[in-house]
Amino acid sequence: MKTTFAALVAASITLAAPAMADLSVPNLSYRTGPYAANGIPYADGFNDYFTLLNERDGGIGGEKVQVPECETAYNTEKGVECYEATKGQAALAYNPLSTGITYQLIPKVTADHHVLYTPGYGRTSAANGKVFEWVFNYPANYWDGASVAIKYLLSQNGDDLKGKKIALVYHNSAYGKEPIRTLEELSKKHGFELNTIPVDHPGQEQKSQWLQIRRDKPDYVIMYGWGVMNQVAIQEAVNIKFPMENFIGIWWSGSENDVGPAGEGANGYKSISFHGVGNNYPVYADLQKYVFDAGKSAGSADELGTVLYSRGMYAAMIISEAIREAQGMAGHSAVTPEEVRDGFEHLNLTEARLTELGLPGFAQPIAATCADHGGPGSAIMLQWDAMAKTWGPVSDWITADKDVIDPLIAEDSAAFAAESGTAERCN
Amino acid sequence: MFYREAGDFKTTYREDSQTFPIKFDRLRFYAVLAVAYGVIPLFINDYWANAVAVPFLIYAIAAIGLNVLVGYAGQVSLGTGGFMAVGAYACYKLMTAFPEVSIFVHVLLAGGVTAVVGVLFGLPSLRIKGFYLAVATLAAQFFLVWLFNKVPWFYNYSASGQITAPDRTVFGVFVTGAQTSAMAKYMFCLVMLTIVAVLARNLTRGMVGRKWMAIRDMDIAAEIIGVNPLTAKMTAFMVSSFFIGIAGALFFSVYLGAAEVGEAFGIQKSFLILFMVIIGGLGSIFGSFAGAAFLVLLPVLLKNLLVGALNWPTDLAAHIELMIVGALIVVFLIAEPHGLAQLWRVAKEKLRLWPFPH
Repeated sequence: MKTTFAALVAASITLAAPAMADLSVPNLSYRTGPYAANGIPYADGFNDYFTLLNERDGGIGGEKVQVPECETAYNTEKGVECYEATKGQAALAYNPLSTGITYQLIPKVTADHHVLYTPGYGRTSAANGKVFEWVFNYPANYWDGASVAIKYLLSQNGDDLKGKKIALVYHNSAYGKEPIRTLEELSKKHGFELNTIPVDHPGQEQKSQWLQIRRDKPDYVIMYGWGVMNQVAIQEAVNIKFPMENFIGIWWSGSENDVGPAGEGANGYKSISFHGVGNNYPVYADLQKYVFDAGKSAGSADELGTVLYSRGMYAAMIISEAIREAQGMAGHSAVTPEEVRDGFEHLNLTEARLTELGLPGFAQPIAATCADHGGPGSAIMLQWDAMAKTWGPVSDWITADKDVIDPLIAEDSAAFAAESGTAERCN
Repeated sequence: MFYREAGDFKTTYREDSQTFPIKFDRLRFYAVLAVAYGVIPLFINDYWANAVAVPFLIYAIAAIGLNVLVGYAGQVSLGTGGFMAVGAYACYKLMTAFPEVSIFVHVLLAGGVTAVVGVLFGLPSLRIKGFYLAVATLAAQFFLVWLFNKVPWFYNYSASGQITAPDRTVFGVFVTGAQTSAMAKYMFCLVMLTIVAVLARNLTRGMVGRKWMAIRDMDIAAEIIGVNPLTAKMTAFMVSSFFIGIAGALFFSVYLGAAEVGEAFGIQKSFLILFMVIIGGLGSIFGSFAGAAFLVLLPVLLKNLLVGALNWPTDLAAHIELMIVGALIVVFLIAEPHGLAQLWRVAKEKLRLWPFPH
């Protein structure tokens, strides 16, 4: 029995070895399971941007980019399998879109020398490049998100949140727990009352949590949710007639898929984002021409310009820019993972460069350094218009309260360094 | 022809009651051990270790543990995931509190801690059985997961509630953390599995195991012939939880390296291991291996076949994979309700007579 299995597995793995590509950026995606509704558009945006580069420019610096996809189902065990299966092909960067998988991969990529790029998720203290050599999470992280939400609320309340009640509804996992410490610090600083309400995976059942919210009557609710949990939470909020404009989701809780099921009730729901949305950017004309019209897209055309599609594209854009930077620094186009890491560390994404890429004003400029892997930490507030079915910005770029976050990052990364015996770099 | 007792003479009681009384069986067993210890470590690479071998070995330990409880002692348990979590968190706390002690000791101690917790949650089995006991152990599952989520002491007050395994060694060789070689991971789990399997096999062949089986078959009759249900049931819970705790500790420290309780040790894990035991065969050590192999290796195999060899889209392959595994489970259970172990037994009977069936 066992030997037959082993023989079959052996046979299929030898068959499975794909052609060696010059540049390989694996896409650890999830298109199945309770998080698929969010995983699919992100993965499609990621794939499509690299397809665009291959079709329009012939790759990056003349080298085609291969994007081998591997299904993780947001499951850490499958994440390990996917990482091991793809790392042999000199994978340049990993973007697993899962905080749990990120935690697992951090020691592995550090030992194996691959870049782990986790825009807006993952381990927040990886923003400290002195400790986390191989991990990058610019432009913003979970703690920035929490701070941006509070700053926005401050601006709405004349810079005073004293005596206000704020509830945090969070996915009861590493991801959802991340902002608690920041929000606790901020509540001390600004004098609001914080109430944390966990929702267990996958979050299809939230009646009791929202009953609690109805009883406590918080002034604002902040949500750190993902997958089916978002849709259920927004529907429950509509059911208890919670005022939608006082309900703010982190960037992972604000896609069209999340607000859609609640229909018009979701009108006015707010969400933070670290990039622009909608398809008014010139790059979409190219995407339409080279990818969608050519029938090479990973998903359907109605995803174009949606929040998560844009975010997958954003991640792909940053990775491709880092590869370009690495090619410039190394002086040759077939770059190694080590060279790409240098590219990430010296990435200087300016407004002008974004305009060149067909994404003017899409995101904040990034100037990474050896110590700074966390980026500017700024984001905009979006609001959902259920009639027009679009997200529109309701604020300018808000920068996180670095006075609160930087000490927390230093503390958490120092704890990691002590635990893992990592020496500080960049001195 | 070659698989028979004829000519295989036993002259001592010891020989008569050995684990593999048939010579061919014995040789085959030594051959498997030789391959596992002597050949595989030479060729194993990161992918084979992390995606195939290590999860198989760890799930086999967990399945043996659950098989002791469900298959031999007849006490239904849905708390396996929770008990694995106890092993994992005990191991984490021990690893961080006593960094100088060998991880080998920590894993065994983690098993010991789980045994104590297991006995505690096994107490209701003295009053209730069957489905009611399943519900009581289900409560253990949810309570333990909630506990490890709720009390920050268990995860050393980290911001995210994740536990991460630090680098630890056995005889100077890394077996946890990122610097671990594929061979070290594999060997460490293999040694653990060997210890557990030999221990379980001999316990179930001896007086303890016979008491468990007496309780399983008919508890009132067992009590009348002098089996103390208290000690029999409690030892079953203890031994089972000990093994499951070891599996949980290895699962977190060697295999995953970082874990959060809800995701890694949720109710799905309890069901997965129960399915392994049922598909493999209740009351069989070999069945535990077969069940673990079936449910760990088959999905990886199908994935590589569908995505790697046939180039199907990953989502389609993932869905088809679920359907194929599900269908195979149904087919196997219809063809042989006693699991893969029974198929193996039937095959052996046939082999004994082959090629002259009369």
